[in-house]
Amino acid sequence: MRTSFFPWLIMGWIGFAILPWYALEDGFWAFEWLIDGYPFDSDYAPALLQIFQDKEWLLPLLFPLLFPLCVFNRVKSDPKYASTLVISGGFGLAYILGQGFSVGISGWEFSTLESLFGPLETRQFGMGYGALLTSGAFLILLTTGLAAAGNLRGDVFVTSAIGIVVALVATFVFLPVGKILVSAFINDEGLYALSTFTNNFFTKKIWGIDCLSTSVSCGVGLNSFFLAILTATSTTLLGLGFALVATRTDFRWKKSLRVLTILPIITPPFVIGLALILLLGRSGTITQFVADLLNIEAGRWLYGLPGIWLAQTLSFTPIAFLVLIGVVEGVSPSMEEASQTLGASRWHTFKQVSLPLMRPGIANAFLIGFIESMADFGNPMVLGGNYDVLSTEIFFAIVGAQNDQSMAAVLAITLLMFTLSAFFAQRIWLGKKSYTTVAGKADSGIHAGMNPLLRRICMCVTIPWALFTIVIYGTVLFGGFVVNWGRNNSFTLQHYAEGFGIGWSEGNLVWEGAAWDSFWTTITISAIAAPLTAALGLLTAYLLVRQKFGGKNIFEFGTMLSFAIPGTVIGVSYILAFNVPPFELTGTAAILVLCFMFRNMPVGVRGGIAAMSQLDKSLDEASLTLGANSFTTLRKVILPLLRPAIVAALVYSFVRAITSVSAVIFLVSADHNMATSYIIGLVENGEYGIAIAYSSVLIFVMLSAILIVQKVIGERKLRRTNRLTSQSDTTKSSTNSAPMEKQA
Amino acid sequence: MSLQLQAGSVTFENVTKNYGAVTAIDDVSFSIEPGHLVTLLGPSGCGKTTTLRMIAGLEHASSGRILIGGKDVTSLPATDRDVSMVFQSYALFPHMTVGENVAYGLSVSGLKTSEATERAEEGLALVGLAGYASRLPSELSGGQQQRVAVARALVLEPEVLLLDEPLSNLDAKLRRKVREEIRDLQQNLGLTAVYVTHDQEEALAVSDRIIVMNRSVIAQEGTPRELYEAPASAFIADFIGDANLVTGEVINITQETAKIRIENVEYDLPSRGMGNGTTQIAVRPDSILLEPASTNQIGIKGNITHSTYLGNQIHYSVDSPLGELFVVDYRIENAIKAGSDISMTFATRGMALIAP
Repeated sequence: MRTSFFPWLIMGWIGFAILPWYALEDGFWAFEWLIDGYPFDSDYAPALLQIFQDKEWLLPLLFPLLFPLCVFNRVKSDPKYASTLVISGGFGLAYILGQGFSVGISGWEFSTLESLFGPLETRQFGMGYGALLTSGAFLILLTTGLAAAGNLRGDVFVTSAIGIVVALVATFVFLPVGKILVSAFINDEGLYALSTFTNNFFTKKIWGIDCLSTSVSCGVGLNSFFLAILTATSTTLLGLGFALVATRTDFRWKKSLRVLTILPIITPPFVIGLALILLLGRSGTITQFVADLLNIEAGRWLYGLPGIWLAQTLSFTPIAFLVLIGVVEGVSPSMEEASQTLGASRWHTFKQVSLPLMRPGIANAFLIGFIESMADFGNPMVLGGNYDVLSTEIFFAIVGAQNDQSMAAVLAITLLMFTLSAFFAQRIWLGKKSYTTVAGKADSGIHAGMNPLLRRICMCVTIPWALFTIVIYGTVLFGGFVVNWGRNNSFTLQHYAEGFGIGWSEGNLVWEGAAWDSFWTTITISAIAAPLTAALGLLTAYLLVRQKFGGKNIFEFGTMLSFAIPGTVIGVSYILAFNVPPFELTGTAAILVLCFMFRNMPVGVRGGIAAMSQLDKSLDEASLTLGANSFTTLRKVILPLLRPAIVAALVYSFVRAITSVSAVIFLVSADHNMATSYIIGLVENGEYGIAIAYSSVLIFVMLSAILIVQKVIGERKLRRTNRLTSQSDTTKSSTNSAPMEKQA
Repeated sequence: MSLQLQAGSVTFENVTKNYGAVTAIDDVSFSIEPGHLVTLLGPSGCGKTTTLRMIAGLEHASSGRILIGGKDVTSLPATDRDVSMVFQSYALFPHMTVGENVAYGLSVSGLKTSEATERAEEGLALVGLAGYASRLPSELSGGQQQRVAVARALVLEPEVLLLDEPLSNLDAKLRRKVREEIRDLQQNLGLTAVYVTHDQEEALAVSDRIIVMNRSVIAQEGTPRELYEAPASAFIADFIGDANLVTGEVINITQETAKIRIENVEYDLPSRGMGNGTTQIAVRPDSILLEPASTNQIGIKGNITHSTYLGNQIHYSVDSPLGELFVVDYRIENAIKAGSDISMTFATRGMALIAP
């Protein structure tokens, strides 16, 4: 066999005996250690030398590093080969993690261990180059062993890929979320107590219903829930209206309506709220106008439930539209034609046939709106007023004066409960019900026209709303060029100069603007995260679509789970999980990159699944029977054919990283500030002009990224479909010519 | 073209394949000799494609042993098996040229690009597509694509060539030509080939031997002629060519010959080890001779319920004491109207005793 475990064992030894074992304080990319006391300084020493200093608990790692040598010259099919590798890799990995979690910065982490072994004099830091490399090596040894034992048809690449994805998801999704669950039970003295959770959970602060009878506000949990129901209802209804107008009417600009669907992708979440303040806030344009006209006092109604609801409806209607347009188009015209030939009126057809067929899609849009509203952080942050919701309260519990981690954890659990219930409802309830009536074959026929009254209602609601959306974005565009919106409306470039000024000093280009720092950080981190996210997402999609393995459903669930975890929860959980060894990441750029990777991974997975399902599976099989292994097949056959999906995944992860705010706001540091959290800071200081200017710059950057890529993919896609259509045509004709024989 | 073929045998020993609770292949054993073309034939869902994919290594047996060229390959993945496969959809890589497609297997197994290209050219010449190397698969016709797929499989000089319904994407007229080409190529190169189809005529035409599968097991195995003339079961009789199943009685056995009686008529048929008593007899539709009732008094009486004119033949449905019978008659000039009473006689060349 060409593949052997030997290179991985060497990698394990390099990590163990050569590279510094622990994380360096100077950061991952600093290399002072090479000249500063390496290899004997205890901060920089590799594990092999750490053993002789005071970290004798690293000694057992010699066993898994030496044991595989026993089977060095055995063949792969030898059962001893497999079992030795599984034992070595499994033990090594478990031991590194076990000791990493047991011994922390202040000695033993668990009191039982302390009473067992006595107090510990020394301490240890997070995992560094060495520990990470060696852990990786153990993981691969384990998966190589599992493959040799006959799992997954003995495919080392697939086994290792699954192992890597599982390890990453476990570390960066399940560990942090688990940490939140645990920390909700820790009281002030650091002891576990159920009462901590129950005391924090069953409080008026979360569940209070005072607002029903008095002027005191309700609990944040109820507030969030109430807001989410309102938003989900309004976005679903508006989305359905837009979808009907776009597909069932002869409205002149219905094509341009679809441009709406691109908006939520490129809009940072608080921008709508910001624009609403400029228009409808106390000194907003419209408010002032109306106040002057009617000679009444300008109100503050915007700050609170109405404002957040309005902003969220504006933000998330396009998402509902996107979901529902597919649903409305998915209703087979022949069903409606059948209904009409049976004598039903248009209204009757809509009510009795079309609407019931759309019901699962409508429910889906509702649940998505619910989750989005629950998770939304930007709009409540900007417009919240006295209306507290979970996502912002979590933030204030951590960063505010209270810094109450267990309170934040409890709030996060509450929020998670809501979103996960919606997520489960979506998967369990809607997963089984599919009324999609379009089956592969082209279904000719025309959708039934709409009942005139219904049509009028749809038009009357959607067109003003679309215009309102345009006004909002217009405000964002122009807001940056106005001295002080509403008070001094004269033209200025001052905000742009302040944020993005460029100057010359002694012949050098100087980035003078205040925003450049966070801007470049954002672009850099997003650009680093994008390919990693796309790679992880597509690899996962490949495993899900193309491989059969036990526990695949759980695997899929785990990879899609982060979709249902609100950003604020992710942010809090990352702080809780990665502030202490063995994974010390807070304050680094790495934690931002990792956060983006695992938050946006479901996008890559879904895109990859959709694209890969289009590829005939026999292409892979042909490659395999021609002697290519699965890695070569992936590289030479699947990836080249997936190029459009890859580019799309890249752009989406890039753009989503730029617009992300909820998780980021917890994870930014002085060194690594991101654009969105910087803008939130500006808004809090009331510097709307520069905030708006910065937002439009971001929108512009993202829009150009998307347009350029769409142009590139669009052309590619055309060329590729030419090639592929003929391929799929033959496949299709095969099913036609042999209808009785699909899969013998 | 200098193919260094080392034709190998294929052996299944008690192979079972389960998908969860479903058994796709149930304790199947067979052996394919080197240099033979063997067809796996059966209705859809019978397990023939699963069997083929297990030879390829794309599926793995739940139990039992698979040997190729005498070596146990049961646990070997597709990549490491010395077999190659022609797919139903051809599975040509759409982003590679024809030449790159054919050279793919050679280059991934470590051959130098120049050598792989050269051998790909030879492979293409072998299937009559010299000079097509720089085209894209989508620029070829269905028949040409199919030949590219064959060339791509052959240049690897496999011990066994697997063909999964290779003709099903071609139109009816092209099928006969291509199946002759495949058969010639296989015989000239002395290839071991395993061929999956659900079309019994195709199977009869190309095979040295046919393995008929039904419901996850082998129903019968033999040469095309054996299967047609001596079907082991009612299923085979009906699947390989049509057959009417009628009930009769064995009244006397003398060595290899059995005297049977169907209604009032007696026939001598090969006994095939059958004993006295009630038996089933398969009667081919074109071996039933119909005469107007008045002219022949010995035959079995019946009534024509349907008569369908098909150009060179007429199909009749006959209601008789033996049940509803299907009859094919090439004597167009003697067409009998539906509703007429007839009497039937059976020609023994188209009759076979079926084990109960």
